[in-house]
Amino acid sequence: MSTTTTDVAIIGGGGAGCATALHLAWRKARCVLLERGFVGGQASGVNYGGVRQQGRDPAELPIARRAREIWGRLPELIGTDCEFSVSGHLKLARDHAEEAELVAYAETAREYGIELRVIGRNAIRAEYPWLSDQVVAGSFCADDGQANPRLLCPALARAARRAGADIRENARVSDIARDGDGFVIRTADGNEVRSSILVNAAGAWGGEISARFGEPVPIETIAPNMAVTEPIPYFIKPNLGVCGGNVYCRQIPRGNVILGGGRGEADAVAMRARALPEITLAALRRAVALVPRLASATIIRTWTGIEGYLPDDIPVVGPSRTTPGLFHAFGFSGHGFAIGPAIGAIMSELVLDGRSTTPIGALTIDRFGGCDKVGELPDRARSRNH
Amino acid sequence: MSATPAQFRRVAETARPRVAITIDGAPASALAGDTVLTALLVNGRRVRHSDFGDGPRAGFCLMGACQDCWVWTEAGERLRACTTYVADGLAIRTTPEAP
Amino acid sequence: MSAAPPPVIVGAGPAGVRAASVLVAAGLRPIVIDEAPASGGQIYRRAPAGFMRGAAVYGSEAAKATAIHRTFDSLVDRIDYRPQTTVWNLRPGRLYTVRDGVCDELTFGDIVLATGAMDRIVPIPGWTIPGVYALGGAQISLKAQGCVVGARTAFVGTGPLLWLVAYQYLKAGGTVAAVVDTTPFATKARQLFGLLRGGKTFINGLRYVATLRLKGVRITEGAIPVTIVGSTHVTALRWREASGREGSVDCDAVAIGFGLKPESQLADLAGVAMRWNDGQRVWEAARDRDGRTAVEGVYLAGDGSAIAGADAAEIDGALAAYALLADRRVTVPEAAVAELRTRRARLTRFREALDAAFPFPAALAAATADDTLVCRCEAVNAGELRAAARDLDAREVNRAKAFSRVGMGRCQGRVCGPVAVEILAAALGMPTQALGALRAQPPIKPLPMTAAVRLAAE
Ligand SMILES: Cc1cc2nc3c(=O)[nH]c(=O)nc-3n(C[C@H](O)[C@H](O)[C@H](O)COP(=O)(O)OP(=O)(O)OC[C@H]3O[C@@H](n4cnc5c(N)ncnc54)[C@H](O)[C@@H]3O)c2cc1C
Ligand SMILES: Cc1cc2nc3c(=O)[nH]c(=O)nc-3n(C[C@H](O)[C@H](O)[C@H](O)COP(=O)(O)OP(=O)(O)OC[C@H]3O[C@@H](n4cnc5c(N)ncnc54)[C@H](O)[C@@H]3O)c2cc1C
Ligand code: FES
Repeated sequence: MSTTTTDVAIIGGGGAGCATALHLAWRKARCVLLERGFVGGQASGVNYGGVRQQGRDPAELPIARRAREIWGRLPELIGTDCEFSVSGHLKLARDHAEEAELVAYAETAREYGIELRVIGRNAIRAEYPWLSDQVVAGSFCADDGQANPRLLCPALARAARRAGADIRENARVSDIARDGDGFVIRTADGNEVRSSILVNAAGAWGGEISARFGEPVPIETIAPNMAVTEPIPYFIKPNLGVCGGNVYCRQIPRGNVILGGGRGEADAVAMRARALPEITLAALRRAVALVPRLASATIIRTWTGIEGYLPDDIPVVGPSRTTPGLFHAFGFSGHGFAIGPAIGAIMSELVLDGRSTTPIGALTIDRFGGCDKVGELPDRARSRNH
Repeated sequence: MSATPAQFRRVAETARPRVAITIDGAPASALAGDTVLTALLVNGRRVRHSDFGDGPRAGFCLMGACQDCWVWTEAGERLRACTTYVADGLAIRTTPEAP
Repeated sequence: MSAAPPPVIVGAGPAGVRAASVLVAAGLRPIVIDEAPASGGQIYRRAPAGFMRGAAVYGSEAAKATAIHRTFDSLVDRIDYRPQTTVWNLRPGRLYTVRDGVCDELTFGDIVLATGAMDRIVPIPGWTIPGVYALGGAQISLKAQGCVVGARTAFVGTGPLLWLVAYQYLKAGGTVAAVVDTTPFATKARQLFGLLRGGKTFINGLRYVATLRLKGVRITEGAIPVTIVGSTHVTALRWREASGREGSVDCDAVAIGFGLKPESQLADLAGVAMRWNDGQRVWEAARDRDGRTAVEGVYLAGDGSAIAGADAAEIDGALAAYALLADRRVTVPEAAVAELRTRRARLTRFREALDAAFPFPAALAAATADDTLVCRCEAVNAGELRAAARDLDAREVNRAKAFSRVGMGRCQGRVCGPVAVEILAAALGMPTQALGALRAQPPIKPLPMTAAVRLAAE
């Protein structure tokens, strides 16, 4: 039983929460991060490891750019690169409609300062002879890459601790109360943290917390289905995706090919997530159809994770509309690993400066108008769905 | 293959019919009922190479548990050597196809 | 179509065969799946067609082997037997298999997991050099392939199987370079009383040791293995005697074994909790004395749930089948069940004495040198594991796996798991069981992509 008084309490030790603690600590704010299990024990530690800007909703692009800059400087910032490599991201079209989609997206990306190179059929064959002739075109973002998700959160948390943050693992938040202008946060182990600011970085569970403060969101749980091969000779340099996203893969230089596609099952309440074999097999077939040489590899592991998904496919990032001092960053909808490092920078600015230097206007929590069911969504929110 | 010393020695059951196979392109001979691993190790001392450059490997558990004996066929199929039996004409590769 | 699906048995060793026979007697037609081409499991593994030695390869166990084989042959028409079929994944009510490079699945209601055991290892520097084999593997090679694993084989480790296999090599005409047992003679002698319960099994053990001595095989007890020498293949084994003196022997093969560990991955996937067996220092799937687990419809039998030997496995198989029947409201012969339980309890006591006589050398495992590989799949050495524990604060074995890749390779930590937890525990100053058990992740054995492309249904 202990009571700690601090400036900022953070719920959730995923990429969003750990990066927030780190940035706050760098700016000498006192903070306590409360993580139910181990830092990076949920989505942030088990994801595919894609670090891409290409393909993101324009609302996320400025954040992705900022994150990319941080990824590149991880060794100087936190003392380790988390196996981040600038391998490029190659998004493939398997028919002409998809090719047109790539061309159109390249235009959009350019407006945000992101250069994509659209590659036609012949050139793609020449550059990537191991792709099947299913591929009709590709779009290459040289600046994108990949990293080892298992390493990021622990590394951020260690750096945050060194900078003075109080990072607590095995500390499940069981109750949050308001005390005047501040918050009283109780954990299941009987401890109490009092803070004037609260950051909700609880991932798939972020909606539970926002709902306590009268701002429910229509969050769902998803579980991207993942598999990895044994090590095979290194030949897939870029991180590969396809239009529609039903298969993606990347190879690390030590040889393993990590691949995903489709969704497994997850239960956010029971905290259980399982890859589904039928989905795995379908993804493997698609991967072999795309990269025939993968046929002679074996799969050695499958897994998934628990991820919060919002119906317009972008997260909630910003201040609460009901509760002064409360800030949200959750519901990253399947692609928050890459932008986690920037979310920390943005949250620290929101908390300490009252505004973010990166535009986040499209990510407000009130865009759902206080509904917690997809069916009740205002059209504005649903129209971004793709 | 006779120049290469063998790892395994046959001490019984040698009256089985011969089976012709190839190992990395070279003709070799095994007996019907041999596992691919036995066939490799009565003809040499190696089954595969470690994926991380720390040397040759020659199987370990011999019962399908350690998974340290997966090889390739010339057609690119994968076989677990200690639990797969040889067949006439089987063409085994102990290294993956070069990229 | 609405009839309950038939019960499934995974494993056709002594446990699986006895389970099948009880279920068949009750009028059911179980599906029996085993990745081996023939029934028998590990100890009573059948030789491929064309082998001539017959039951003689089973030595003192020939009669039991023959009985198991006959039982299975008499059942074959009354079961749905699927040999050469590997179960790679299990979900509630659904089993995923691969056979001849083709994926298939099936629905089940009740399942008996009788998946057996594998060798337990303590890594010795040089243990990945060609010519180093798991002890049970060396025996399989002899029994089922008519081969010895080298021209001169040294045996190192501990446990009754060490002496048995060395003896079998000698008898088969192989050359035994040395038997290096890490357990001191005094430790075994202290268990004399408990070991006597083993009756014939114990007497046989004494006979193996005596024969090896008589034939002038170099034998040392209470020794510490130091290194396996060689580059492209093994050339020698070195150890340190209990007296501190260095010992060494030239050999071109080494068989290592420190007892057995259960193949519990399918039980883990089925959701059965793992429990720590302090005597054997290993995680095993939790079940009651009849093989019932906390997961409805999932039963465990044999060495796959708790290492107790082939006789115990037979009893377990029958008990698990009776439990399954009782849970389906089929009347079971109570007196027979009670008798089986009594016999099983006696074997458990003998096993406990064996465990105490040949303890897993946890301290030796914990002391694995920094530059010795622990995980042969991912080439992770003990130093990297210790670094994960100390610098990255990996206080749980699956965390250590995430950080260091130990146990992340093709074998899913089957080989390195028990050693990794001892190294981590020592590095962190924690009790070994506090590190938890490595979680199984499907596929529990590598799944060729080609198999995923070829589905049986297509
Ligand atoms: C399989 C998979 C593949 C993915 N692939 C990619 C990819 O390639 N690229 C990409 O950019 N993104 C990817 N994502 C998405 C990405 O992983 C997530 O968007 C991101 O990690 C979310 O970070 P987070 O910090 O919001 O959530 P999390 O990492 O889930 O962290 C939230 C934390 O809050 C804790 N928590 C919740 N409630 C409480 C409580 N009451 N008390 C204390 N702690 C609590 C949880 O334990 C958890 O650790 C993938 C996700 C998955 C699951
Ligand atoms: C290599 C080895 C040698 C041994 N030698 C001896 C000995 O000489 N004397 C002695 O007393 N004891 C010996 N033992 C111990 C002996 O195995 C057991 O006492 C006994 O065989 C246990 O019987 P069981 O039915 O529980 O399992 P097992 O006999 O091991 O049978 C398990 C069966 O399950 C199958 N199986 C496992 N997983 C899967 C899967 N995923 N899919 C499909 N099939 C699967 C296996 O192929 C195997 O046939 C040995 C053990 C091993 C591992
Ligand atoms: S030698 Fe271990 S799986 Fe083949």
